[in-house]
Amino acid sequence: MRFYEYESKKILAKYGIPFPKGGVAKTAEEAKNLAADLGGKVVVKAMVLTSSLTDRGTVREANGPDEAAKATEELLALKVGALTPVSVLVEEQVEVERELALQVTYDGVAKLPVMIASDVPRKNLDDVADDTPDRVKRRHFSTLHPMRAQTFRCKELVRSLGLGGSDLNRMTQVVSKLADAMLEYDLTVAEINALGQTKDGKFIALDVNMDMEEEGRFRQGALLEEFGIPMTETRGVRGEPTPMEREAQAIDADDPRGLISPFVEFDGNMGLVIGAGGGSLTIFDAVTRHGGKPANYAAIGGNPSVKKAQRLAKLVLSKEGVDKIAVMSNVVSNTRADLVARGVIKGVLELGLEPKEVITIFRCPGAWEADAFKILEKYGVDYCDRSVSLSEAAKRAVAKVQG
Amino acid sequence: MGILVHEDFRFIVQGITGREALNFTRECLNYGSKIIGGVTPGRGGREVYGVKVYDTVREITEQTRVDGSVITVPYQFAPDAAFEAIEAGIKEIIIITEGIQRKSAVEIIEFARQHGARVIGPNCLGVITPGVCRFGSLGGPADDCKRAFGAGCVGVMSRSGGMTTEISNALTLSGLGISTSVSIGGDPVVGSSYSDLMPLFEADEQTKAVVIYSEPGGPMEAQLAQWSKDNNSRLPIVAFVSGRFMDDMPGVSFGHAGTVVHRKVDSPAEKIRAMRAAGIAVADEIGDIPKLVKERIEAKGG
Amino acid sequence: MAMFIRIDLKEDAIAEAGAAAKLIEVCPVKIFAAGADDKSVSIIDDNVDECTLCDLCMEASPKGVKVVKLYEE
Repeated sequence: MRFYEYESKKILAKYGIPFPKGGVAKTAEEAKNLAADLGGKVVVKAMVLTSSLTDRGTVREANGPDEAAKATEELLALKVGALTPVSVLVEEQVEVERELALQVTYDGVAKLPVMIASDVPRKNLDDVADDTPDRVKRRHFSTLHPMRAQTFRCKELVRSLGLGGSDLNRMTQVVSKLADAMLEYDLTVAEINALGQTKDGKFIALDVNMDMEEEGRFRQGALLEEFGIPMTETRGVRGEPTPMEREAQAIDADDPRGLISPFVEFDGNMGLVIGAGGGSLTIFDAVTRHGGKPANYAAIGGNPSVKKAQRLAKLVLSKEGVDKIAVMSNVVSNTRADLVARGVIKGVLELGLEPKEVITIFRCPGAWEADAFKILEKYGVDYCDRSVSLSEAAKRAVAKVQG
Repeated sequence: MGILVHEDFRFIVQGITGREALNFTRECLNYGSKIIGGVTPGRGGREVYGVKVYDTVREITEQTRVDGSVITVPYQFAPDAAFEAIEAGIKEIIIITEGIQRKSAVEIIEFARQHGARVIGPNCLGVITPGVCRFGSLGGPADDCKRAFGAGCVGVMSRSGGMTTEISNALTLSGLGISTSVSIGGDPVVGSSYSDLMPLFEADEQTKAVVIYSEPGGPMEAQLAQWSKDNNSRLPIVAFVSGRFMDDMPGVSFGHAGTVVHRKVDSPAEKIRAMRAAGIAVADEIGDIPKLVKERIEAKGG
Repeated sequence: MAMFIRIDLKEDAIAEAGAAAKLIEVCPVKIFAAGADDKSVSIIDDNVDECTLCDLCMEASPKGVKVVKLYEE
């Protein structure tokens, strides 16, 4: 879950990492007032989420309140992907002598957290590492020791960047605090993409970017409450969730076992009750490869309850233009075919529909399939077993939807 | 032979009285696995399908040899349960639990590394060497499991538990069969990646080829491509990359927690490019895998 | 309403075996709740179709509980 820059800076504040004075404005008028209070030159930043973790959207410099208001008007009208900026961050413009870049994240290869520093600021650090590897320095650290017992690792990183004297000690503190913040707040990335150093040698975080792991939501309730972010607010780069997507989230919230999220609505007419994690990706690929137009993505797995499968089937069929669904999964081990069969049939019947008309194919071989097959036969639903590949089953289902 | 487990592999189940654990404990026993105890704090003294339940892992390791543990406790308790097993001297740890925070997963993996233990998962289903041992919930009911996983010559590693069975089943139906199948887990950081396990398959005489199932997100495929270039492996590798539709949808997570495209290395297109460049065969259709494996084994003179 | 599973209870057998508390404890999907007294159980209708066929209730009270699959009738 992405944080807006003003939120990320609130996290920095908890650790005493300095950043420019400023505030959030939702209108040109508010921005004007902020700029007047700050005095002098200001920076106006559009608050919008983008797909890239390091790409931070659009920034304008403004000399005084009137220019700030004009810049805000322009920025709030921007279209960035599916989104428009929710607000702007207006900050004093800080004079700096130089800028560096700093990031903490996880290294999936070493299976350790890693701190990364570069003297190339305001760029995607991955790209910098690809283009000029010697200008990006890395140091792994440990999750088992508190930062106070591994500050030396931060120091080694800073030294490797060529800093010495009081610069070295000052930046070491920034690195260790940022690493602490990442571990404390379930962040996947904490980045000061432009870490300025002022004339008097102090470091200041100019450009900040943080992402929290989605699972962190349940653990970081206090932080989200402090930020005024409701538990249900998703921070998708696709924009606001549709009512259908919200309903899917509500189903998961009622019973978190056997998650169906992420549920994503698409434009098509073919309802998908598919699982599990990896199977759903493969099935979605197979359906589109055979010309099907999915109405949704969903990933039942982790053995959902009968009620959950039932609610999912009803939800998918509630979409206008969707009168057929495909129930498909890889060979299941943990999720039970019989419980899924019970659920989808119950859901279809509750809508007053006929399971054999609505369910184009049930391909969910594996755990308890014998019971599932008996249930499906009783209701006349077309099913197949493991000898029919996922691609083949997808093809059959697509053909029925297209009539 | 296969990897990771053996004929006399003895393991325990932590969180044995939970809904899913009850289910797979019964099915592992039906399969013939040696589950020599279970742990649920506060439930010591009970029995589950003839398996004794204890309050602590040490109560079991102090009286007998334990080779592995399957951890299925709720995510809040998973690090503690893993530390308990590792400190009691257990060397093979499977973590089925989903939703463990990244920091905790790394804590567990670091702790295991310090104690010479191996972690498979989190968010995985476990390991099967057909006819030898089933270690975890992979494969479902014992009878289904025997149908889907027949003994043979292909090693399988998959980031999706379900697709581990799907692919193993297809390889079994094709007559090639399985040496060992490993569900390595769908989280962004897992204890054992493809290239961590490749040397084990390399050393296993039964294995003649390796199939991997991959998803968008993470550097694991690039790492395997690098491994493949650096090591002159005797084993042909065939990969299937799912979620190709996600190339057009950066920043959105599908399927597993680890499945999201942020960086270039995350995207299916880039993974396919890197693996093909390293000589790894990438199947376009899931159904093509057995055919490709056969071709590659023949090409290697197997 | 349950469409797939029916739970048949023999109150006397459950009371006789003192199995009521055990039934409530072993069911992983909470089909059983406390009955009129501590020797009997009631059925939570809404949960019956969630039955995972784990047989633990029938093991707890072989004479008192029978799980019937309606789709086999």
